[in-house]
Amino acid sequence: MSDYISHDHEHDGIDRRGFLHCMAWAGTGLLWTISGGVLASRTLAQIAKAGDSLSSATDLSFLQISDSHIGFSKDANKDVTETFKIALDRINAMPTPPSFLIHTGDLTQLSKPEEFDTFDQVLKSCRTKDVFYVPGEHDVLNDAGKLYRERYLKSVEGKGSGWYSFNKNGVHFIALVNVLDLQAGGLGQLGDEQLEWLEADVKDLGTSTPIVVFAHIPLWAVYPQWGWGTSDSERALGYLKRFGSVTVLNGHIHQVLQKVEGNVTFHTAMSTAFPQPAPGTAASPGPMKVPAEKLRSMLGLTSVQYKQGKTTLAVVDSNLG
Amino acid sequence: MTTLTPTSKRTALLCAISFLNLSILALGGDMKKPDETTTKQNKIEIKDFAFNPQTLTVKSGEKITWINRDEEPHTVVSVQKQFKKSTALDTDQEFTITAGAPGTYTYFCSVHPKMTGTIVVVKP
Repeated sequence: MSDYISHDHEHDGIDRRGFLHCMAWAGTGLLWTISGGVLASRTLAQIAKAGDSLSSATDLSFLQISDSHIGFSKDANKDVTETFKIALDRINAMPTPPSFLIHTGDLTQLSKPEEFDTFDQVLKSCRTKDVFYVPGEHDVLNDAGKLYRERYLKSVEGKGSGWYSFNKNGVHFIALVNVLDLQAGGLGQLGDEQLEWLEADVKDLGTSTPIVVFAHIPLWAVYPQWGWGTSDSERALGYLKRFGSVTVLNGHIHQVLQKVEGNVTFHTAMSTAFPQPAPGTAASPGPMKVPAEKLRSMLGLTSVQYKQGKTTLAVVDSNLG
Repeated sequence: MTTLTPTSKRTALLCAISFLNLSILALGGDMKKPDETTTKQNKIEIKDFAFNPQTLTVKSGEKITWINRDEEPHTVVSVQKQFKKSTALDTDQEFTITAGAPGTYTYFCSVHPKMTGTIVVVKP
């Protein structure tokens, strides 16, 4: 896969290639958006000022939170529960609340029942009540995800190890699981059963249906040397090729990266717990220690807005700084 | 603690017989050189998402201990399911097995499958 935009589907003649490439790999938690093919950076203050006007013409807005790692208490962030609370406070303070949240996995650090309990308790403070989940590898450590599925698939019809789909305002959402039954030497994996389900799930949808796919590990080869990719994601994306708008939202790597390829926009979110290094810039992808005053600027959440008639969803990252 | 043995998984009975025989063999080795084989500790450190050393040669009957020095949980899982897998090891947690029959045993971290390692078990 290329790191660059390979199609200019808005035909606006703007040369975004170099700019997007630079922005996408900076991973510094800058605020920016791609809407209708036009890339623009924003600050939190600008978003706050825009207030209702940002969402007045919006048909659907939802929020992505990721990698809360409740239970983690090492130097990179000794109080991940507090930063998770701050992220939820930010959601509560939005002028127009999102319709629902998606959590792209690693709710907990070690899949412990008490960690899930704390997560649930803190989440109660969020005024947006609908939450859709996918598991991260940290949520399925010792029981292949049994406890996770018992708790977080109550409102959906989870298949197999917990994948499902649903529709909101004409947008088709697909929640995929790529953190189970991983093979030695390999990457994230969806597996044949899930892929066959996916093929059938989208078979009867019209090509103009906007698609949002979410999963924990990136569904594109961000940095395979660190396991940041999914071995059979190409097959999944093959089933989605014919759709005019596909937005892929992932977590796992604790930083904002984005790639646009044809009609598919790939995006990874910040964590609410701790940052991780940019690909290949450290000995390992483990938690990254940053000065205390810098930490919150590297944590955050992602707002996604869908406006009818636009081919691309607007994706805006905000940090907790 | 579990014993590292190249057991057939076809039937529980086969497993049990194999386990028993190899345990007896290992015990025989212990009786010849009790101090060397029972006290030697083979350590594998897990650091920066890697097993170090990546390949370790041990004698039947010796213990092998993995210790996780990362801030990330890791596991130790036999690729061929030849020995019982560890639970997720948090920082500074250890997992110990006893080497059984001679052979080559590959393993990986099921949380970060890029992490792989090999144990070579030789006769005492």
